[in-house]
This record gives sequence, structure tokens and C-alpha cells, in this order.
Amino acid sequence: MEAVHAGAHGHDHGHHPTGLMRWITTTNHKDIGTMYLWFSFTMFMVGGAMAMVIRAELFEPGLQIVSPEFFNQMITLHALIMVFGAIMPAFVGFANWMIPLQIGASDMAFARMNNWSFWILPVAGSMLILSLFVPGGAAGTGWTMYPPLSIQMGMGMDFAIFGLHLLGMSSIMGSINIITTILNLRAPGMSLMRMPLFCWTWLITAYLLLAVMPVLAGAITMLLTDRHFGTSFFNAAGGGDPVMFQHIFWFFGHPEVYIIALPAFGVISQVIPAFSRKHIFGYASMVYAIAAIALISFFVWAHHMFTTGIPLTGQLYFMYATMLIAVPTGVKVFNWTATMWKGALSFETPMLFAIGFLFLFTLGGFSGLVCAITAIDIQLQDTYYVVAHFHYVMVAGALFSAYAGAYYWLPKWTGHMYNETLGKLHFWLTLIFFNMTFFVQHFLGLAGMPRRVPDYALQFAEFNKISSIGSFGLGISQLLFLYIVIKTIKGGPKAGDKPWDGAEGLEWTVPSPAPHHTFEDPPVIK
Amino acid sequence: MKKITNKTAIRLAAAFAAGIAFTGTALAEMQLNMGFPVTAAGQTAYHLHNLINIICLIIFIGVFGVMGYSMIYHRKSKGHKPAEFHENLTVEILWTAIPLLILIIIAIPATKALISLKDTSDSDITIKATGYQWKWGYDYLKGEGEGIKFMSVLATPQAQIKGQEPKDEHYLLEVDNPIVVPVGKKVRILTTSNDVIHSWAMPAFGVKQDAVPGFIRDTQFRAEKEGTYRGQCSELCGKDHGFMPIVVEVVSADKYATWVDEQKKKMAAAMGDPNKVWTLDESKAYGEKLYNANCAACHQATGKGIPGAFPALDGSKIVTGPKEGHLAVVVNGRPGTAMAAFGKQLSDTEIAAIVTYERNAWGNKTGEVVQPAEVKAAHK
Amino acid sequence: MSQQVSRYFVPEPSHWPIFGSMALFCMASGAALWMNKVHAGPWVFVTGLAILAYMLFGWFGTVIRESEGGRYNKQVDTSFRWSMGWFIFSEVMFFAAFFGALFYTRVLSVPDLASGDNLALLYHGFTDVWPNAGPAFKETFHPMEPWGLPAINTALLLSSGATLTWAHWGLLKDNRKQLIIGLALTVILGALFLTFQVHEYGEAYEHLNLKLTTGVYGSTFFMLTGFHGFHVTLGATMLTVILLRSIAGHFKPDHHFAFEAVAWYWHFVDVVWLLLFVLVYWL
Ligand code: HEA
Ligand code: HEA
Ligand code: HEC
Ligand code: CUA
Ligand SMILES: [Cu+2]
Repeated sequence: MEAVHAGAHGHDHGHHPTGLMRWITTTNHKDIGTMYLWFSFTMFMVGGAMAMVIRAELFEPGLQIVSPEFFNQMITLHALIMVFGAIMPAFVGFANWMIPLQIGASDMAFARMNNWSFWILPVAGSMLILSLFVPGGAAGTGWTMYPPLSIQMGMGMDFAIFGLHLLGMSSIMGSINIITTILNLRAPGMSLMRMPLFCWTWLITAYLLLAVMPVLAGAITMLLTDRHFGTSFFNAAGGGDPVMFQHIFWFFGHPEVYIIALPAFGVISQVIPAFSRKHIFGYASMVYAIAAIALISFFVWAHHMFTTGIPLTGQLYFMYATMLIAVPTGVKVFNWTATMWKGALSFETPMLFAIGFLFLFTLGGFSGLVCAITAIDIQLQDTYYVVAHFHYVMVAGALFSAYAGAYYWLPKWTGHMYNETLGKLHFWLTLIFFNMTFFVQHFLGLAGMPRRVPDYALQFAEFNKISSIGSFGLGISQLLFLYIVIKTIKGGPKAGDKPWDGAEGLEWTVPSPAPHHTFEDPPVIK
Repeated sequence: MKKITNKTAIRLAAAFAAGIAFTGTALAEMQLNMGFPVTAAGQTAYHLHNLINIICLIIFIGVFGVMGYSMIYHRKSKGHKPAEFHENLTVEILWTAIPLLILIIIAIPATKALISLKDTSDSDITIKATGYQWKWGYDYLKGEGEGIKFMSVLATPQAQIKGQEPKDEHYLLEVDNPIVVPVGKKVRILTTSNDVIHSWAMPAFGVKQDAVPGFIRDTQFRAEKEGTYRGQCSELCGKDHGFMPIVVEVVSADKYATWVDEQKKKMAAAMGDPNKVWTLDESKAYGEKLYNANCAACHQATGKGIPGAFPALDGSKIVTGPKEGHLAVVVNGRPGTAMAAFGKQLSDTEIAAIVTYERNAWGNKTGEVVQPAEVKAAHK
Repeated sequence: MSQQVSRYFVPEPSHWPIFGSMALFCMASGAALWMNKVHAGPWVFVTGLAILAYMLFGWFGTVIRESEGGRYNKQVDTSFRWSMGWFIFSEVMFFAAFFGALFYTRVLSVPDLASGDNLALLYHGFTDVWPNAGPAFKETFHPMEPWGLPAINTALLLSSGATLTWAHWGLLKDNRKQLIIGLALTVILGALFLTFQVHEYGEAYEHLNLKLTTGVYGSTFFMLTGFHGFHVTLGATMLTVILLRSIAGHFKPDHHFAFEAVAWYWHFVDVVWLLLFVLVYWL
């Protein structure tokens, strides 16, 4: 049948545009995955450079480098770019590359829309970056954009709002694509419960995205009309409430942090068994745990709002619900540990990052639990303790996992092995400097240092200095990763189809580098 | 390049950690935990925090003890062969149920601590704290000292912030007018805001409460130890969010009574005579001080503003135009922008002085004096 | 057919997405500039709109050609079904944000403002009634009466759902006449609905003193009904396209997903209206 069509419509996979047009018009999931990954790393550099500005200003007390307004713009853009520009696209990149390979499909379900999902990102990213250059500068509200502060902002706020609308569109299209691909394009015999866990985490993440990105769009649309068209959603004088924005925002925002965390769990669930040379322990309970985390994440949002004055009963409910998330997350941590137990472990770079993830993500989870206890959080809210918490789960969690995945699949993508020594160096430098940067921030927060301040009292000086020095080291270490990747693309030892002896999954049955088209005839799964 | 093995790297990391620990002890003064609160509710939270840290530490050691063991003994390089198992219902149920139990055990004291923290009934003194960009206004609403009202602004000089002068011990944590409360009395703080969300936070009392514009929220504390306590605004409220500290002086009942007396006298004196007719020089001199305290944060001492965010007043059409227009902006603000209605914060005499100053400072040379009576007319 | 399932459909490289992105860039930055009264704003925005329209024509044209050319197999058809379903789900969540805001203001913020310390210290004499435009709103306004135009509009939309289903039955029986008449009726009913809606807004602004700026009541009323109206416009446009395609002889009894997708969308818009009628107009 297909041959007939190919003839009739001049439909030939072999010929596609070359040069720039190849990337602009591509409908190939691997090309698109690659673009996502490069875009994400570029944004990581930009967001990281902004973090460097933040840390440089906080190097010592006093105002030295930037003005307070600009400092606020930096924290806002740092967070938005890191969350929406770096981490989320990184995992969408993994999804694009690996989901079709893992389920034995030839491409994503909607290959053309896939291209659009990607090409919206540079547009949205430039809206965010452009906002720095409009009169009044970018939004200086923090990534949470609470009104009425966000009502006061200038044009930069509108650029951020529209940029986020576009990011939301891209995410929604991307998730529909992923859901459809996973539900409809699995190779015959690949039942849902035989699917690699990475696909499971993405399936559930895609549902989270679908459910909350539109809610964020609604929230910022109300912000927009409050700013320009005289509505009173967030204005008490008109019967609204500024805190309502926080409810809607965090209804999106809390699931959002699991949107970041779940695919990271997925990558870890691929890497740990591979380097333990043992099946994942408790596959079914892993799937249930992911689903449980996702489900509970819809009902805990107000733990970000313990100091806004919600009633006691509300505080108690949100405290209990939040604590509950520790149970399924614990199940995952225990299952990973049990997977390693009595395995045949080896410690290549992906495994190192995965183990680093386990240690540090758990630490971050514990500090999250501390935040969940309302009476304690009332002291910790809006202090550096929270900053430490979320960098543990997002940098040592999501970013470490992204690195684990990158090293793990790099041979499949490029056909070359990366340099193991350099990879290990990258890991150890990142690990050490990461902890130097963020561990001390717990102490700062406990001592009461507020977040989002460009200047601080003298008793916070030492820890801030340590943190800043650590962050510069952390930043420079990431350049090493860039070097390693470029070196691997350019050459290096040839990678076999399955360079990791313990790895499982269909992706390792195709050649390395994976050819442009794979599984045009679905593989048969025994 | 020298080959780095995992082992040497682990040693490096250990040495590094030890290094940090040493610096830690060297700087023995450094605070690693919360400060010990001076309120009962705060102390409950403090102990709760310690308890949870211990529980987490035990779990951490348990999990990573197991993982560490397997990392050492179950290595491929040691020739360990992978086992076959990948499921065990019993342990899976156990490690779902046990954490759940632990959480329930934590939840009990956590609930009690929260309830005692949130109990704002039967207070001896009620104070309303209003957040302004970027200062706090306090009104004593109930109890001894009722009627006292003042603004509390950062007292650290700009020169220290810009690094032109050495920084004081309480750099950024000092204000011109601290709140004063008697020791051992239950104080209820009502928070609200005039513009954006601020947050009234006092770590030593275990208290933090957002100040939401258009709403009144409350919190409470009963300080058991005399002393000066310092906190900071804890919700991003714009450019000078880092520069609006909160200082509470907890004093004995006697001292408090004296303070109340003094404040009442001071307030009576500050009222001024609204019918007095001011001369240009008098008004301008008074106005300059007030301008620097209230307006310079945005419009800058030079009157040049910050392009794009805060308009220049030097040469502004409004400022050099008719008085009425100028007064209307200052008294009623510009809704939806950072320009607040200062008529609610400052007395007519003060606004008159500020406006006179603006109309005759920098390059503005209107030569006009604005009188308090004219300000009165500008109120909407 | 069965043989096709074993082969996936992958479209060839396409330049439509990049046009889409350029369009979105112009629209987004144009709107931001426009709202801040920069003169170029509207022009940039309209340029974006034009590119978007061009892209939509081109993209959907390609899809229609692929579909009519028989290139879509059963699997593609199923993919379309999943995707349309979940797209509508995301739309539901978008409306949920606004319904949530309505719920929050009615049940939480307005009663809160009219009680306790808020009432005692800030808003003496403010009462918790709905409709409410907040303590600072001093003019009088009248809420929209449900049993006039809105009730008629409810009837219109409901019957448009029926005519659409009737058209679908026609298509299934390969009765082209029934299909086309049913669709045409649906489009007419949709257009009537929109006309009445515009008229209702005119009434609100001119006679009821009910505006977008009328506190939370005005905000929730106009934003909810406005976004709904916008979706009806989209739905009616899509129905028109389907009508034209039907006249051009497209769709077969066993191959007409485009028709069904639009029908699902139309029913979704219908259901949202029912919720609006009950929660915004009636209760
Ligand atoms: C990847 C992102 C991510 C993840 C996974 C998490 C995970 C968790 N977070 Fe975090 N969080 C953020 C990102 C994330 N968070 C961000 C970005 C913010 C700040 C946003 C802002 O204000 O800008 C934030 C803020 C935040 C707050 C608000 C703090 C404040 O502003 O005052 C709270 C409060 O409850 C919280 C709690 C939790 C909890 C309980 C978890 C749990 O999921 C953790 C569960 C894991 C464990 C507990 C460890 C493993 C478990 C075991 C080993 C089992 C046994 C354990 C026990 C029985 C204790 N988080
Ligand atoms: C996943 C998301 C993510 C990631 C990866 C990061 C990464 C980092 N973050 Fe981020 N951060 C957030 C999400 C993230 N952050 C969020 C959500 C907030 C809250 C914002 C708010 O309050 O609204 C925040 C806030 C935040 C603050 C608090 C600001 C404040 O409250 O005032 C700080 C301060 O230390 C900080 C630091 C860092 C550092 C040092 C890194 C480092 O890991 C970055 C390292 C990477 C690089 C540096 C880039 C690579 C290297 C180069 C570009 C070469 C050049 C290098 C040099 C010149 C040294 N972040
Ligand atoms: C929180 C920041 C802030 C503070 C403090 C502030 N202003 Fe303003 N002011 C603004 C902003 C922002 C505008 C511009 C409003 C607009 O866009 O319409 C403004 C506008 C004005 C204008 C109109 C200028 C023009 O040309 O349009 C005058 C006059 C003015 N302010 C006077 C004052 C005085 C007097 C004070 C102190 C008592 C003061 N401002 C304090 C932010 C502030
Ligand atoms: Cu006021 Cu922050
Ligand atoms: Cu959360």
C-alpha cells in the first residue's frame, strides 16, 4: 500500500531539504528532538548567566553591580527561562527522540505539529528576552507574577504574559502529540504495562500539562485584562482578591513542579537498571506511584500560600495533603534503591548523575517536607530555605537527571562514545559546586534571610559569599559539558548499537547513530 | 590530562566536605539553625523542626546506608553477579505503610503547633501594620497606647548601601520608628497594604503574615523576653523590597507606659497648625526632607526619576503646570501605577511642603508656595 | 485497509509551522505594543493575523488534500480522535480557570470583604450580595436578566446541537441533502446566537450600566461570555468550512473525521453555554 502511495504522491522519505531548511521544515522526531535539546541548552546558558548576575550582586552586602529593579528582572527571567526554556524543553527533547524509539513507532503521531511545537519556543523565548529591552525593562515580579505588583509593571510584563501564552500553546500541542503517540502508535505487543518507565512518566506528565497549562493561560489573561481593560479580578475595590491569582497560579504551579520532576524520574528509571544490570524493582508500583504523585499534585497548591491568611482549616488540609506526596515519592526512592541492591553496579557518568540525583533529590524532598509543615513554613516562607529546597529538586533533581539522560543516550544520538574521564570530571565538579552553592542557603533561610532581595544584613555575609563562589564554579563547570558534547559529535570511539551492556529497550536495537527513519515497519515484541 | 577515578574524586569530595565543616567550626558564631524564638508558639515550631530533621536524618541514613552498602559490595568490578528478583509485594507494602505512619506521627504535633500559632483571640493590644512601597505604617488600634500612629522607615543611610561608608552592625535592619510593645502581653497584628502585597515577618516570634491590599489579615505573638527584634518584609513588593525592615522593641510594662506618653505628646506637636501660612523658604526646606524620605525612592533625589519606570519631576509638565493638577496626582495618586495616593499617608501640611519643594527644586522655578489649605481642597 | 495499519503515516517536511510561528510572534508582540499605545502595535498585530490566516489556509488545505487523497489510514484516524478529544479537554481547563474565578469571588472574596475585620475597618456598610461590583463601585447597575435574550440563546444553541446531529445522521446514511441542510441550519443558528449576543452586550453597555469595568460581576460576566462567544465564532467558522466541503462533495459515511471533530467542538461550546446560563445568568 505504502509503496503505491509513495509513487502516487512523490512521497519519498529519502529526500528532504538540506541546510537550514532541513531544520526549519523538518517533520522528523529526531531532528526536532535535537533542536529541542540545543534550544534548551542555549536557554540554560542564558538563564545561568542571569543566575550569575544574581549571585554576583549577592557576593557581598551592599549594592554593587546592578540596580534593585534590574535585580528583580533578573530573578524573574532567570526562573522563567530556566523552567520554561531550559528544563521543560530538555525533557521534551528527550521525549521526541526516545519515545518513538522506545515504543517502536516511526515518528510522533503529528509530525508536522511537532515541528510547530518546537518553533514556537524560540519565538516565546525571544519574547521573554526582548522584554528586557522595552521601556521600563522586563517584569520585576518574580516568576510568580503576583498582582498587584504585576499590575504596576510596564510593557515588559505584557511581553512576558504573551510569551507565556505561546509557551503554553507549545506545551499543549506537545502533550497532545505525546499522548496520542503513546496511546496509538505503540508497536504490536507493546502493552502499556510493558512500556519503558520513561514513556510512562511522559504520558502522565503530558496529562498534567494538558490540565494545567490552560489554567495558567487563564490566570495571566485575567492579569492582562486587569492591567489594561479595567477588570477587577485581583482588585479588592471591585470585589476581587489579589490572593485569587495565587490560587489559580499555584493550581498550575504545583503540578508544574511535577511536570519538571516526573520525566526526570523517568530518565532515572532507565539509567539505574542499566548500570545495575538488573530489572527495575517494582515496575507496577512505580507506575502507580507516578500516577499517585500526579493526582495528589492537583490538591496541594495552597502550600505555597501558608502566609497569605487562608483559614486554619485550609492550612491544615493543605499541610496533610502535601505530606501525603512523600509516600509515593518514597516508593520510587525505595524501588530505585532495591533495583541497585544485589545488582552488578558500575559507575559510568550517567550512573553517577543518577546516584547524585537520588541523594540530592531526596534531600530536596526532605526540605520540601519541612516546608509542608505549616507552623514551620510560616518561618521559612519566602526565605532562602525555599530557594535551597527548590534548587535541590530542580537542579540536583531535574538537571542532574537530564545530564544522566544525555550521557546515557549520547552514543545513540551521535554514534560516538563521549570521553568518560571528562564526563566524570563534569559530574564531580557539578556535584561539589552545586552543594557549595545551595547547601548553605538552607542556613541562610533558617536564619531568616528573605529571598528576592538584592542586598542583605551583615550576619548573612559569609554564607552568601560561599554560595556565590560555588555558583561561579558551577557555571564554569557546565561549559565542560558543552565541550564534551561537541567533542562527541565530532568524533570519538564508535558506539555499538547497544553500548551499555545492561541497557534494555527497543532504542538499543537500532544502529548508533540512529538512522533518520527507524521502525518504518513496526517491530514485533515477543 | 591526569585520569580521575571515582575513588580519588570521592576523596576530593570528602576533603572538601571536611573543609566546609572546619570553616563551619572556625566561624562558630555562624547560625546553622533557626534562631531560638521568644514566643511559646515559635518555640513549639522550633522543636517541631528539630524533630522532623532527626526523622529525616534517620530515613536518609537508612536508605543511603543500604544504597551505600550495595555501591561498595555489589559492584561489577568486584565480580558481583546481578540477582534476578524484581518484585516483592511484602516489602512494597511495608515501605508504603511505614512512611505513611511516620507522617501521621509528624502530623499530630504539627497540627497542635499550628493551632496555637493561629489563635488570635483575646489579645491585649491590637496594632494595624500597613505596608507601603516601601515602608510600614503602624496604628495602635486597641489596648494601652490606642491612637498612636506612625511610619517606620529604613534608617540605614544610602551611603552605607552604596558602599561609601562602613556598614553598621544592624545594616538594613534598623528603622527610624520601631514598634514598641510590652513584654508578656498578647499582641495581635492586623496586616493590610496600601499598594502591593507585603509581608510582616518577625523570625524571633515565629510570625509571618502577608499584607494584602484591600484585605485585613491577622497574626499574634506574646514575647516573653525584652529586647529588640528585627525582621524584614517577606513578599516581593517592587524595587526596594529588600529595604523595608521591621523592628519591634519589647519592653517592660513601665517603659511601655512612658513610651506611650511620649508618643502622644509627639503626635500632638506634629499636627501643626493647618491654617498657618508658610513662606517659600520655610516650606521648601521642610519639603526637601520629606521628599527625600517619601518620594526619592522612585523619583530620585535629583528629580530625574528612572526612565521607563518612574517619571522625572524635574521639568515635568505636571509639576511646572497648574498647582491643582500637581496636587491631584500627589494626593490621589495614579490608580494602577506605583504612584500611591499620598493624601492617605501624609498630613496636608507635609504634602504642601513636598509640593512646594518639587515646584521650586532642581530646574523647576515656579516660585509658588502651596499652602496646607490648598491641599485640603485637592482631596477627592 | 488492514494492510495499511502496519505502516505509519509520516508527512513530508513542511514550511507551514514556521509561518505559524512568525504569525504568533507578530501577533504577540503586536498586541503587547498595542496595549501600551505604541503606534506600530496594531499594524504588527494585523500583519501577524494575516500570516496566520495564510498559514491556516495552507496547512488545513494540505491536510484536506492528504485526507481526500486517501493517505490517512485507520491509525491516523484514531490519532485524530485522541488528539481532538484531549484538545477539547485543554479548552475545558481554560474555561475552568474563569469559572473558578467566578466561584472564588462569589463564595470567598465578596463574603470575606463584607465580614469580620474587613467590614469593620475598611468597608463599613458593604453587603454580601450577588451580583456585586465591590466596595468601591458606587454607581448602580443592573445584572443581565436570564429569561430574556439569554434564554432564547440557550434554545438556539441547543437546537443547533440537534440540527448538527441530524446532519450527521444524514452523512452516515449518505443522504447529502440532509447533511447540507442540517449543516446550513446549524451555521444559521450559530450566527443568530452571535447576533443576539452582540445585541445583549449593547444593551448591557447602554441601558444596564453593566460594563467590563463593573467590578467582579462585570469582569466575570464579560470574560466568561466573551470567551464563550469567541469560541462560538471559531466553531461557526469551522462549521462553515465543513459546510462548504460538504457542498464540494467531501466526506464519506465511513471517513469524515473532520466533520466529527467540529461536531465535538460545537457540542463542547454548547455545554459551556449551559453552564454559563446556569451559573452566570441564572443563579
Ligand atoms: C521539581 C520540582 C519540585 C519537587 C519535586 C518538589 C517537591 C516537594 N515540594 Fe517543593 N517547590 C518547588 C519545586 C519542587 N518541589 C518550587 C519551584 C518551589 C518554590 C516556588 C516559588 O515559590 O518560587 C517549591 C516550594 C515548596 C513549598 C512552599 C514553600 C514556601 O514557599 O514557603 C512547599 C511547602 O509545602 C513544598 C513542598 C514540597 C514537598 C512536600 C515535595 C515532595 O514532593 C517531596 C517528596 C519527597 C521526599 C519526602 C523524599 C523521598 C521520600 C522518602 C525517602 C520516603 C520517606 C520520607 C518520609 C516519611 C518523610 N515545596
Ligand atoms: C529549573 C530551574 C532552575 C535552575 C536550573 C536554576 C539554576 C540556578 N539558580 Fe535558580 N531559580 C529558579 C529555578 C532554577 N534555577 C527559580 C524558579 C527561582 C525563583 C525565582 C523567583 O524568586 O521568582 C530561582 C531563583 C534563584 C535564586 C534566588 C534569587 C532571589 O530570590 O533573589 C538564586 C540565588 O542564588 C538562584 C541561583 C541559581 C544558580 C546559581 C543556578 C545554577 O545552577 C546555574 C548554573 C548554570 C550556568 C551558570 C550556565 C552555564 C554557564 C555559563 C553561561 C558560562 C558562564 C559562566 C560564568 C560567567 C561563571 N536561583
Ligand atoms: C512607589 C514609587 C513612587 C513613589 C514613592 C512616589 N511616586 Fe510619584 N510617581 C510614580 C509613578 C510610577 C508615576 C507615574 C504614574 C503614571 O504612569 O501615570 C508617578 C508620577 C508622579 C507625578 C506625575 C509626574 C508626571 O509628569 O506625570 C508626580 C507629580 C509625582 N509622582 C509626585 C510624587 C510625590 C510628591 C511623591 C512623594 C510624596 C511621589 N511621587 C512618590 C511612582 C512613585
Ligand atoms: Cu514590602 Cu517586600
Ligand atoms: Cu508546590
